[in-house]
Amino acid sequence: MTAYDAIVIGAGHNGLVTACYLAKAGLKVVVVEKNDWIGGAAVSRSLYPGFTYSNCSYVSSLLRPEIMRDLELPKYGLQILPYEGGAVLQQDGGYLAMYRDHDANRREFARHSKRDAEAYDRYSRDILRHCRFIRPLLMRAPPDPTSFRPRDLNELMYIGKKFFDLSETVRYEMVRFWTMSISDYLDEYFEHPVIKAYLAVSAIIGTALGPMSPGSAYVLLHHYMGDVDGNIGAWGFARGGMGSITQAMSKSFAASGGEIRAGKSVDRVLVKNGRAIGVVLDGGDEIHGKLVVSNMDVKRTFLKTVEEKELPAAFVKQVKNFKIRGSSGKVNIALDGVPKFKALPKDSPCYRGDLHFTDSIERMEKAYDDWKAGRWSRDPFQDTMIPTLIDPTMTPPGKHFMSCFVQYAPPKINGGEWSDRDRDEFGKTVINQIASYAPGFKDLILHMEVRTPRELEREVGLTEGNIFQGELTFDQLLFNRPVPGASQYRSPIKDLWMCGSSTHPGGGVMGAPGRNAAAEILRDLKKLLPMSDAYAVL
Amino acid sequence: MNDPRLHFKKPLLTSPFHARTSALSKLNSWGPWGGYTTVLAYDDESMEYTAIRNQASVYDLSPMVKYRITGKDAAAYLDRLMIRNVAKLKVGHAHYTAWCDDAGKLLDDGTLFRRSATDFMLCCQERHLPWLLDSAAGFDVAVSEISEEIAALSLQGPCSYSVLKAGGFERVAALKPFQMADFKFCKSGTLTISRTGFTGDLGYELWTSPDRALELWDILFEAGALYGIRPIGTNALNMARIEAGFIIANMDFITAEHAVRGDRARSPLEMGLEWMIDFDKGHFNGRRALVEEKAKGTSKWALVGLDIEGNVSAEHSLIYHNKKHEVGHITAALWSPATKRNIALAMMQRPYHAERNGDLWVEIYASRELQYHKLMVKARVIPRPFINLARRKAVPPLNY
Amino acid sequence: MPSCDAIIIGSGTNGLAAAGRLAKAGRKVLVLEQGAVAGGGAITTEFTRGYKVSAVAHLLNLLDPRVEQGLDLKSHGLEFAATNVSTTALSPTGDHLLLEGSYGETISGSLSEADCAAWNDLRQKLMRFAAVLRPFKAMTPPRLGKGVGNEMLKLAGLGLKIRGLGRDDLREFMRLMLINVADVLDDELKDNRLKGIVAFDTVLGAHLGPRSPNSLLLLLNRLAGEALSIPKGGMGSVAAAMAKAVQALGVEIRLNAKVQSVAITDDKATGVILKNGETLDATTIISAINPKTTFLDLVGSRHLDTGMVRRAGNILMRGNAVKLHLALKGVPEFKGADLKTRLVIAPSVRAVEDAFNPVKYGEFSQDPVMEIVIPSAFEEGLVPKGHHVLSAIVQYAPVAMDSKARAAFLKRIMATLETYAPGIGKLIVKSEMLTPEDLEKQYGFIGGNWHHGELAAEQMLFLRPFIGVAQYETPIPGLWLAGAGSHPGGGISGAAGWNAAERILKMEGRR
Repeated sequence: MTAYDAIVIGAGHNGLVTACYLAKAGLKVVVVEKNDWIGGAAVSRSLYPGFTYSNCSYVSSLLRPEIMRDLELPKYGLQILPYEGGAVLQQDGGYLAMYRDHDANRREFARHSKRDAEAYDRYSRDILRHCRFIRPLLMRAPPDPTSFRPRDLNELMYIGKKFFDLSETVRYEMVRFWTMSISDYLDEYFEHPVIKAYLAVSAIIGTALGPMSPGSAYVLLHHYMGDVDGNIGAWGFARGGMGSITQAMSKSFAASGGEIRAGKSVDRVLVKNGRAIGVVLDGGDEIHGKLVVSNMDVKRTFLKTVEEKELPAAFVKQVKNFKIRGSSGKVNIALDGVPKFKALPKDSPCYRGDLHFTDSIERMEKAYDDWKAGRWSRDPFQDTMIPTLIDPTMTPPGKHFMSCFVQYAPPKINGGEWSDRDRDEFGKTVINQIASYAPGFKDLILHMEVRTPRELEREVGLTEGNIFQGELTFDQLLFNRPVPGASQYRSPIKDLWMCGSSTHPGGGVMGAPGRNAAAEILRDLKKLLPMSDAYAVL
Repeated sequence: MNDPRLHFKKPLLTSPFHARTSALSKLNSWGPWGGYTTVLAYDDESMEYTAIRNQASVYDLSPMVKYRITGKDAAAYLDRLMIRNVAKLKVGHAHYTAWCDDAGKLLDDGTLFRRSATDFMLCCQERHLPWLLDSAAGFDVAVSEISEEIAALSLQGPCSYSVLKAGGFERVAALKPFQMADFKFCKSGTLTISRTGFTGDLGYELWTSPDRALELWDILFEAGALYGIRPIGTNALNMARIEAGFIIANMDFITAEHAVRGDRARSPLEMGLEWMIDFDKGHFNGRRALVEEKAKGTSKWALVGLDIEGNVSAEHSLIYHNKKHEVGHITAALWSPATKRNIALAMMQRPYHAERNGDLWVEIYASRELQYHKLMVKARVIPRPFINLARRKAVPPLNY
Repeated sequence: MPSCDAIIIGSGTNGLAAAGRLAKAGRKVLVLEQGAVAGGGAITTEFTRGYKVSAVAHLLNLLDPRVEQGLDLKSHGLEFAATNVSTTALSPTGDHLLLEGSYGETISGSLSEADCAAWNDLRQKLMRFAAVLRPFKAMTPPRLGKGVGNEMLKLAGLGLKIRGLGRDDLREFMRLMLINVADVLDDELKDNRLKGIVAFDTVLGAHLGPRSPNSLLLLLNRLAGEALSIPKGGMGSVAAAMAKAVQALGVEIRLNAKVQSVAITDDKATGVILKNGETLDATTIISAINPKTTFLDLVGSRHLDTGMVRRAGNILMRGNAVKLHLALKGVPEFKGADLKTRLVIAPSVRAVEDAFNPVKYGEFSQDPVMEIVIPSAFEEGLVPKGHHVLSAIVQYAPVAMDSKARAAFLKRIMATLETYAPGIGKLIVKSEMLTPEDLEKQYGFIGGNWHHGELAAEQMLFLRPFIGVAQYETPIPGLWLAGAGSHPGGGISGAAGWNAAERILKMEGRR
């Protein structure tokens, strides 16, 4: 039996990123994936003949350019296609578009509010300031503020220096921004409800918060700090669906000599004398390795895959209290043609962007109230895309794939499990909402897949269907992520590591947790993974 | 294009003069400005520049951002907004002005026109409606954005007065610099002519409604034919403005609301605009910060004019002291045809702008046949403007 | 020639505290009060003939010991009808929980042993964290800068104290700093009544629900106070004692003197102009009233920079609590609850959250949650013999309520009360409901927010009342802030006023 240097549990994007970096550093690495396919939540699935779905994650911006470059992902087929803005369709038949062109965008805002049109530059500037602060922190392991180790002190000083490099006023503004709700924050810049509704979107996506919840402004940043080829805050599609990202990673991994075993579910981590020495697969087969890295979320890793006796009780409690409530669902639709949205002019570029139907912050917040009460939103928020208007590879010509990201969907319905009936009703709610803006929409549907947090947990393995492997609130960010004292990718069990989105800096197809975990592992092996500061400049 | 939703089909607007400018644009060289497509050069940049200094030139000013401020408290409002004393601005006059944020950093500069005791127009480079509206709290004043409601031309050059006279506007003879007057033209057209400009030469700016734009253009070009009138693009204008020492927001300084980095915004003291600040007029925006900056001498930068050795334009260059320490950068530069000097506007760290300006060097990368030559040439600080033309101020203007 | 050194606008507890502190330092102080009695929101009212009740706050929790002792309020007549007031978490079935001692030190009632133990741990942890934060209340908020006049020694001491929590506690402290209280309660406890009451206490007076992130911080803030007490004669006695105390120190209090504006000469505050046209001069002008009112009305935007006008306008001041007074002709019966306790109706976290939801959209709670005190149970003389007065703070109500909404909300409150105290409706002689709007009109609480600015993470410490004026000093030389809108916020405390006065004395010494 071969002994590996490292075993990675889960072939999601972060697992693959860790695996790639370790393999590139000369380690003998195996990735074990429970599904027959790889990719975790960054997948392209063919669920209807001739159609490719990005059936979980559906857009890309956060994937770090450092990683794309280090792992030579373009060489292995990765191509990111920027998309063209988007729109909120209003209930009264109007719409607000978002254009890539600065002036077009200003005029579009001015159609709704002249004041807001001229407020947008200052708003963007302020958001960019916050992004500039946070971006360099993404690719560093958060320091433990309770530690006196030189490295932690150095990292704390690094953050402190960055903070004190800001002007005094901006320092206060940053603290304020981190603690505010996006609704209150937007009120300080804008007056028009539709404009605020559009801009609030990024603050709720994937989050068990409403736009009026304090802390939601930070979530907005989480979605703004990415870029598409240097266009800060821009988002794009992966050509061929989000699976292209993980496919490219797996090819890069293979080129470095890595091995992936798909269709092998890990039953538990083998721990001996407080050290992880391998994994036991379902069926009893064992794989041995010098270290084990889990791409699974922290709950799945420590509550289901590691025996409780191997862990300190305090840690187990912390993990149990980790907040990982799912808040979203997904409806993936194969279409016979392009739907016609009443509000949009015929050749509007908005079709090639993200479409929303929630035209006020209040409607968004009410959708969240439903989640709090343990039911899916009756009037949900949707982030809807038709990537095939840009990417011809996913469907037959003239046919389209539509991805509808839907909030809110709670992990449990009134405290109980989702039933198939609930799921179908949820799907119906979504379809009806779209159809009310696009007459004849239902006739175009060839096939659809409805995914609730239940499906997400069952198939991808995300506990409670949380797409970020853990909520993005301050109590679970930076040195608090996943739990205080374990923010540096190490676990209480020696040689058992974490590399999933449960760790800093969190979810989204970013790859940063994976790379950071690899950097920490290699550091312990006395192999430094250098990071160029040249990426940090915005 | 009557459906306002369809504006996206034409992301760059065309100016009310577009029918004429596009017909004359032989080079088809266009660039965006404030959401409009504007001519960079019509046919020959040098000849266009020459028209500014020698004949009469016409520049399409329509993309300029414009606000109208009216109401009982308009003057008081503007006095609190601007660093310059608006009470001293007489009706029928205009002045160059600037305004600051709380920290005393420039938000923009512009020209303020006083049409009546209670009616002003502000022309500037960037957009400021939220700031202007928020500043209006407590004042009986109305602020509206009117950029698209006014068509404007800048007629500049020694012959500009002659052209206006030939066009039937001889009354402009009485206008002193920064004065303005209203005129009727073509039956019902109304035209405001101000003796203002951005070239440092004799010149006027003409303001009318967009529906009369083409008539105005035709009058000028008919009247100006004898005087060699010529349309000019942004490139030629930029040459003239550098010679005149004028600064442009977001070219020579970053406006405070666009400055992402904390150290980028500039105060009027740093931009050489101290002459315009009236500290005694009562409170105005940024006053406390400016008083402190002045009292404590905490200004970090100084905008200066440079005379640089040689004839290679120093655009985008860095400035060194003693050839070693970086002490500033060039914001605009050219070989000046009017002064036969290699001039530049530069942002210098203090005190290298004055006390220690003896050993300044500019590092120029001159591209020659696909290869860069790195030049380290001597520079010295000289006063702005680089040109000072008597004809600019002569009243009545000279008849060339 | 100024007749005094300092003029203080507003005779609320903070205005009086500042006056007292300055007078102790030998300053000649004049306090101006627009109303007919001193006290601002800390007054006792006779809302209907023969029934006296604390007009706004009805429990004393946060009175700053520096104020209480420094002004020797005891010898100026402050007496307590009750101290260490216990709390009853009401149950509609009569299965109440009684929390006694300092914030539920002991709990009696049908609480599981596991919950008892868990509560004990949680309470102690929260108390430890609150204790670490407490000293911040008694100091000027630090600035995030170097060489800016921070109280470095004090800060270093506090830093050490936080570090002194030990590694595990410190980690937990940082995790809990900005967490929501609901998650913590759900993690640690099972009992809905207990969770409900803690959730309620956390969000009392806030525009937050227990599920709102940052909410736990408010609980820590609350726990940093002393135990609950009820002053004899209502809250007006606190203000009366303070007024007496400062007068004894030579402070002059002028009633019925409404300040129209702050006089500003050569960009310096030189006095105030009263509504009657009179101008009063002083070198130091201290506003102990609402910061928004101070800047936008008394100073006026002409003397301010636009960024600051924006910031003043952006202070969040959503007050969503209603004050209810009921004159009762008999003893209300809360299914066996001891009336000499604070009675809280907040059956679960969910109930508090559900009550919060509508107010986000400008609507009132269908099932409101509330804190009830029956002052007449604690002392005699407030009401006719055999009668009672009930004072309740009820959440949540929007600021703007028309007469229809008021009537409807009152009906919902009474329906809730009837569930917990059947027959109470029949005892009512007279009722008074003060909505946020009423509180704004009567006491100058803009938006009905009795903290003069929401107490929320984004408006605390150096962010209170807003960026740039958190150290009580304003950009206008001679003009200072000392009200609840400044750090550490409202409640009958006087801490903001005391801090401001100390800061003024310190900065004067530097000039």
